[in-house]
Amino acid sequence: MKKSKPFWAFVILAAIVYGVVQFFIGSGLLNQYYSNLIITISINIILAVSLHLVIGITGQFSIGHAGFLAVGAYISAIATMKFDLPFILAIVIGGIVAALTGLIVGIPTLRLRGDYLAIATLGFAEIIRIVLFNIDYVGGAAGMQVSHLTTWTITFVCLFITVLVIANFTNSRHGRACIAVRENEIAADAMGINTTYYKVLAFAIGSFFAGIAGGLFSHNFYILQPGNFGFLKSFDILIFVVLGGLGSLTGSVISAILLTLVSTFLAQYPETRMIIYSLVLVIVMLYRPQGLMGTREITDLFKWKPAKGGN
Amino acid sequence: MALLEVKNAGIQFGGLKAVSGFNMELHQGELVGLIGPNGAGKTTSFNLLTGVYVPTEGEILFNGKRLNGLPPYKVTQSGISRTFQNIRLFSELSVIDNVKVAYHSLAKNSILSSIFRLPSHFSEEKNMENKALEFLKIFNLDSLKDEKAKNLPYGQQRRLEIARALAAGPKLLLLDEPAAGMNPQETHELMELIAFIRKQFGLTILLIEHDMQLVMGICERIYVLDHGQLIAEGTPDVIRSHPKVIEAYLGEEVPSEHA
Repeated sequence: MKKSKPFWAFVILAAIVYGVVQFFIGSGLLNQYYSNLIITISINIILAVSLHLVIGITGQFSIGHAGFLAVGAYISAIATMKFDLPFILAIVIGGIVAALTGLIVGIPTLRLRGDYLAIATLGFAEIIRIVLFNIDYVGGAAGMQVSHLTTWTITFVCLFITVLVIANFTNSRHGRACIAVRENEIAADAMGINTTYYKVLAFAIGSFFAGIAGGLFSHNFYILQPGNFGFLKSFDILIFVVLGGLGSLTGSVISAILLTLVSTFLAQYPETRMIIYSLVLVIVMLYRPQGLMGTREITDLFKWKPAKGGN
Repeated sequence: MALLEVKNAGIQFGGLKAVSGFNMELHQGELVGLIGPNGAGKTTSFNLLTGVYVPTEGEILFNGKRLNGLPPYKVTQSGISRTFQNIRLFSELSVIDNVKVAYHSLAKNSILSSIFRLPSHFSEEKNMENKALEFLKIFNLDSLKDEKAKNLPYGQQRRLEIARALAAGPKLLLLDEPAAGMNPQETHELMELIAFIRKQFGLTILLIEHDMQLVMGICERIYVLDHGQLIAEGTPDVIRSHPKVIEAYLGEEVPSEHA
């Protein structure tokens, strides 16, 4: 099967990455700090890839992604801490509730376009945060105690599924319908595509995986506070997607890795951290306004040769 | 029974009647032109037919089914597809993907089948690929199938838009100024192409065009709009000598003062 070649390449690559990291963590070569960093990177990749589906593929400029992250984080934390559910089930519940939230938010707001949608989604994320601040059941501003349950294996499985599902969705007629909506909504409509359906669908899938990331995120620390989900968090995710190149899945993966590393490294220099981080962003945007990868994927790089050698 | 029947349709934007009392009847297999001076309401009537605008008066029947109020994608699914006056391709998508998108509503595999890569995903994708290639061959675009749509020269973009509209599987094809910006040679080829696809796919075609040579050359009947009103209807010969049409295009004859 010709078509499944990239798929198996992806599976093998994933297995190698998993094996190597697992070996280093298991043998104690990577201390707590670094294994935590790797989990944070993976969570950020899930967030970046899920927002990539909404912004990069479907072209809906949503900047409230932290809101769905918060929903997933709190719901799964409640599931494990208050109802003693198994962690994996809690993650899935967090994802489903986030997806439902995505539906509720998406159906009315996705009629809006561009700036208006951005403002509406930003407002939604702020509402979630403020509501969480005021619910005593989850600890309010003081936060909620959460056990540390996130492991590299669970994180990696979630990451793997996220990338696989979103890549498969994108490379199908449904993904093409979403791209058509991004490229020209009027024409997509005129070609028989139910544009509202696909916008809401992409939004719900994106929210689902943001919720999954939330479950991993909340159980990676011992305390969960609404302050973690401010609009700066939404912007962080947005920056991963834009910097990676709108429409490029591998681009958002790469930029999520790079920016998490840069930002973690700069944590040693708290005075200048934000200045340098912002400078990195400004410089990348000046020299590569289309993002690191543009709209291309890593796999396109390998395709160049056969394309020329072929017909 | 007429394939498309428009009865007294019209639309009003606030106080402005863009189109009113629009009557039209298209029969299976006809090639009909819609002409009129700039701003006469031609594209607006296309938008009425395709569901972009909801008519504020009158009725549109397609195959006996009422179209009023259906969203554009449902109108397309029921068998009317169109091109646009200002080209609206999916510019970042490849040429073949542009055509595949139009085939979208005819494919049946579910979202889950695509996510889990079930056999139905592969069979539908393969089917789509073959169908899209067939359409590209007709339009002589198959050698460019992997090119991004935005990189095509203008004339080919126009052709691709028609190919895409055809892939949606219409019974009625609406072409909005298909020859706009083409040179005489390209226009001539386009005329032949339109005649060919009409025969090949048993289509009914309604086209808006400013190029009178094209309209008079291939249309069997012509409707003329002016100021949102239908002012004439008939064969090219009738239209050519119709006093109201001449008046709309050239203005009223001023009675000579010396006479």
